[in-house]
Amino acid sequence: MAHATNRPLSPHLSIYKLQVSMILSGLHRITGFGLLLGTLLFAWWIIAAAVGPRAFLTVQHFIGSPIGLLFLFGWTFCLMYHLCNGVRHLLWDIGIGIEIEGIKLGGWIMVGCAVGLTVLAWIVGIASW
Amino acid sequence: MAGHMVSGKVERGVLHPLAVARGLGASHTGTEHWWLQRLTSIALVPLTLWFVFTVAQFAGAPYGAIVLWLKSPLNAGLLILFVAIGFHHAAAGLEVIFEDYIHHKPAKLTAILIQKFFFLVLGVVCVVSVLMVALGR
Repeated sequence: MAHATNRPLSPHLSIYKLQVSMILSGLHRITGFGLLLGTLLFAWWIIAAAVGPRAFLTVQHFIGSPIGLLFLFGWTFCLMYHLCNGVRHLLWDIGIGIEIEGIKLGGWIMVGCAVGLTVLAWIVGIASW
Repeated sequence: MAGHMVSGKVERGVLHPLAVARGLGASHTGTEHWWLQRLTSIALVPLTLWFVFTVAQFAGAPYGAIVLWLKSPLNAGLLILFVAIGFHHAAAGLEVIFEDYIHHKPAKLTAILIQKFFFLVLGVVCVVSVLMVALGR
């Protein structure tokens, strides 16, 4: 019976047509993982604030550098995407938008909200600079 | 009394009445992980929006401005909640990722334990940091 276990096991993604819903679903996990990296930057930031002005200045220098800004922008988007798609998940949990059409429409609304909130956060940040 | 009839049917089955009352399956654990992920995500919606849009206003602000901000009990309290709930949510999420992709059982358990301890330590250090700034002179 050993050969019987060689049958293809789910998920065998290669046989599915690529759909928006599966990309958005995959992005939820990818952005969630991205948030873990952002958590390290957050930890550095708050620990430096406790250590003192010099340590805090070092973090601010890093965040203000091109790599730091890119990292921060990525983190903002990951936060907003994961937040908006998380709300979508919560709505599904109470039975809202779980038909195919609802999932497609909700997906696009969610992407719009995530991009909008990301841009808004950066407008607030740049305006305060 | 429809409820009585339903429970009566179940009790005549293979399940002990106590098992029926607890509503848990063969694993003897319930939906705590799933439920806590939902509960923390609900709490993190307002906390995340508050954090991002507040801290964005501190872009390029001097050290003293952040310190003054954390002197407010409300700000320090919300930031501690953001850390505690956020780190719990992060650890719970990473646990699922490890469960999905690491198939070697001892490696899976080791990875999950290490990341749980990591987030616990980092979370406590972050909370202490907030308190040091908030309560410092």
